[in-house]
Amino acid sequence: MADIVSLADGVGELVRDGDVVALEGFTHLIPHAAGQEIIRQGRTDLSLVRMTPDIVYDQLIGAGCARKLIFSWGGNPGVGSLHRFRDAVQHAWPVPLEIEEHSHAGMANRYVAGASGLPFAVLRGYRGTDLPEHTATIKWITCPFTGEELAAVPALNPDVSIIHAQRADRAGNVQMWGLVGVQKEAVLAAGRSLVTVEEVVDELDPVAGQVVLPHWAVTAVAEVPRGAHPSYAQGYYERDNAYYEYWDSVGRDRDTFRTWVRDEVLAGRSTAEAGDREGVR
Amino acid sequence: MTEAAATTTASGAQPEYTSDEMMSIAAARALENGTRCFVGIGLPSTAANVARRTHAPDLVLVYESGTLGSKPDVLPSSIGDGVLAETADAVIGVPEVFNYWLQPGRIDVGFLGAAQLDKFGNINTTVIGDDYADPKVRLPGAGGAPEIAASCREVVVVVRQSARSFVDKVDFVTSVGHGSGRGDRERLGLPGAGPTLVITDLGVLRPDPETAELVLTQLHPGVEVEDVRAATGWNLQISPELARTDAPTAAELSTLRTLKEASR
Repeated sequence: MADIVSLADGVGELVRDGDVVALEGFTHLIPHAAGQEIIRQGRTDLSLVRMTPDIVYDQLIGAGCARKLIFSWGGNPGVGSLHRFRDAVQHAWPVPLEIEEHSHAGMANRYVAGASGLPFAVLRGYRGTDLPEHTATIKWITCPFTGEELAAVPALNPDVSIIHAQRADRAGNVQMWGLVGVQKEAVLAAGRSLVTVEEVVDELDPVAGQVVLPHWAVTAVAEVPRGAHPSYAQGYYERDNAYYEYWDSVGRDRDTFRTWVRDEVLAGRSTAEAGDREGVR
Repeated sequence: MTEAAATTTASGAQPEYTSDEMMSIAAARALENGTRCFVGIGLPSTAANVARRTHAPDLVLVYESGTLGSKPDVLPSSIGDGVLAETADAVIGVPEVFNYWLQPGRIDVGFLGAAQLDKFGNINTTVIGDDYADPKVRLPGAGGAPEIAASCREVVVVVRQSARSFVDKVDFVTSVGHGSGRGDRERLGLPGAGPTLVITDLGVLRPDPETAELVLTQLHPGVEVEDVRAATGWNLQISPELARTDAPTAAELSTLRTLKEASR
């Protein structure tokens, strides 16, 4: 049975300095509140894994929590650049950031291999691109049946994966629906997992297109209403597009960003609360 | 070239439009009805949704966030907007998008943007500068593009044209176009045909049948060959059958503007 915990306790117990940590959620259900809790608890030296390190990792990188990023697309969706990510790669600020860069297909398959208990995955990918020259975790393998040469990528097995879902019941069974990205794979690939949810309910009513993670496949569940804000939770709230624009102005400048961390994260407010306040955008 | 400078002021019944609008509409026209189209966000998504609301109502839009057959009534601001999932025929996980739908060749057209594009249609969205480890500009990276460019039956690129973005050779090959010339895709074992059309705010380029080098085949109204040459970083060849793009119709423009307006 998954433990029902507070967000602070969940992050405190499950995320350790130096861990390989995956926060997943493909544009939908991004665990923003958990990301900010990691900043609040001052975790450092993390190897962050995520297909689309958008705002949530810009915040962690800018706050100096990460030493490495394993990813496939690092931008502010619909807006432009991630300024903290760029500053870290181009100027090693606030700390140097090692990168391990893949394509979406490669990252997705790395999670699948991890969830499957296999050492690696094969795909028809990367061929002719400059990625294999710079990414040591892309190699070539010959199919023993057809002789075709294919790309091989190693399994991702994070120490801890964190996702956000719509609901869980009191036993810790987790239910999510809408775009479900690679969240199931990320949880099953990980040694430990924390799922933040919009609400903990007595009974999980079936929903079309749902994915259910049984309580025995999840380490801990924390109830964090609006925990995906500024991304969205289908059935609960919409994507806050204005916040993504707002983030561009915060992330652009080191001092503005530092002020934001101090006032909006360390002071204990979540993005959800901040986004609800008048005038923040 | 700024949008204002490109605004056509043709006389008569011809409506006014910007070069960006011409680009989106030219790109929309390139999509045949019924095509299964893998859509990137931004310019490609705008064009695909205009096509679906004009001549191609049965266009199948596939977004990498995991939607098959999305029918949004507004332009999504990200590939994962709720409207894409809520209006889709099917919503699937991301590994399935790439493994079951893209990789086996089920998608006709990959519709991509580019930060930098070279004369063989290779795309760079990774770094600007010669040194990967110490880039001049760090770009977002690959996303789904390398495998979209490899596995879709053909690729259409929609990109604003400038001498800075249209270069002789990309700084980093994120997604393969025609490599270093005709025959490279076959040698690499890439299943799709690669870029067959590059649609810009100035005109349309197509790969030469012999060399696969991009040549100018079409000029948008009000644009001259010299404008396009000035916005190209290699010695651009011009097709002997250079054509003129039809100006946007009132219906196309109103569809595009209504979509954009609804998306605010």
